[in-house]
Amino acid sequence: MMLKTILGMVLYIVFAPFVGGLLAGLDRKITARMQGRIGPPILQPFYDVRKLINKDILLINNMQYLFAWCFVIFVVFTGALFYGGFNILLVFFVLTTAAMFFVLEATTTNSPYSVMGANREMIQMLSYEPMVLLTAVGFYVATAFTTGTGAGTFSVASIISESNIPNIVVLPGVFFGFAFILTIKFRKSPFDLSMSHHAHQEMVKGITTELSGGMMALIEVSHWYENVFLLGVVALFVLCNKWWSIPLAILVCAITYFVEILVDNTSARVKWENMFKHSWIITLIFGVVNIFILQMLS
Amino acid sequence: MAKLAKSPWLIHYDGSSCNGCDIEVLACLTPVYDVERFGVINTGDPKHADIFLITGGINSQNKAVVEQIYSQMPDPKVVCAVGICACNGGVFKDCYNIIGGVDKVLPVDVYVPGCAARPDAIIDGVIKAVGILEEKRKKKGGKH
Ligand code: SF4
Repeated sequence: MMLKTILGMVLYIVFAPFVGGLLAGLDRKITARMQGRIGPPILQPFYDVRKLINKDILLINNMQYLFAWCFVIFVVFTGALFYGGFNILLVFFVLTTAAMFFVLEATTTNSPYSVMGANREMIQMLSYEPMVLLTAVGFYVATAFTTGTGAGTFSVASIISESNIPNIVVLPGVFFGFAFILTIKFRKSPFDLSMSHHAHQEMVKGITTELSGGMMALIEVSHWYENVFLLGVVALFVLCNKWWSIPLAILVCAITYFVEILVDNTSARVKWENMFKHSWIITLIFGVVNIFILQMLS
Repeated sequence: MAKLAKSPWLIHYDGSSCNGCDIEVLACLTPVYDVERFGVINTGDPKHADIFLITGGINSQNKAVVEQIYSQMPDPKVVCAVGICACNGGVFKDCYNIIGGVDKVLPVDVYVPGCAARPDAIIDGVIKAVGILEEKRKKKGGKH
């Protein structure tokens, strides 16, 4: 158990940036193909980060540096806890703390665009946070069924090792809700309000406007960490104590990621009211109702 | 090894151009030319940019803006003047408000001639700018 925990954490910390970077590269390639372009090489995100490291850093104040580092550390910590098999509630709380540091980093700069991005980031958090918490609750309620013991668990390790069937079978609504807010977390259109990877320039680069050089590289890499963690949560919906759940989980992750890219390329950015309304409605309809039905059955 | 060459990010500023060159700059991003093949990103943020692409000449009003953007870009950086207007004022040279080409206020590294500059010429200019960027990094002593 102990060994597995440490192994999970170490593997995540070492390999997540590579997986995340490759995913980002694939994302850009697929996006380009969808738009009829050739697109950059798959390794482009790594070239970008190497470039950024070689540029000067224009620091606004030292607080910015501190908060950016806190963001990175907490994001890595989130993923490490998750892949270490700890309590999923704890994982999500640490993730929220990380997001808060990112907002603080942007607000300390006092730049209008950066602050505007930070405000929008807060609205994004407000939109996705209920669903994230419901996901944790969903797993607790669902494991009471899938483990066959009648007792739920929040522990990531037990969710995988004790479930006899994938939790997605009893949590289809929660999965849909989670996939919906994943668009916000991945910073994809239509919900890329606080910062976008595309050439929208309505508020420069939003929350990342004041980041330059190595700092920007740091933030990019931590986003890779974050994406790998989020795909891990997607996989958790499928993983159980059967061997076939592993290839199935990889397949589900790939499909989810592809659909996110497709949505990204086929929709335009919406107003924050829209994002807020829709994510809460989806959370209520799919998340709450799903969990409610499960509770009734138990 | 080329540390900057594979990921040149641009910031595009429209000086007192007639918009002809700007349309050609944007044409570079379309599927026909697709500069993203070379890792080029058209960013709107000077703090992320490596190459400052200016179209049109400098007039008394945009002089301060151009200088401001340039000062916000982290080193190493290059300036690329696109179109004959940006090179020396072009057809607007003798206008009462025009100061002249971009090199009147900033150290221009690459001149892309043409009226309007063709997308292939612009891409050529960017590739040349990337080479200069790399040289500047080496001259700086290269942090890594
Ligand atoms: S060079 Fe020609 S096309 Fe370009 S801005 Fe000047 S007048 Fe317009």
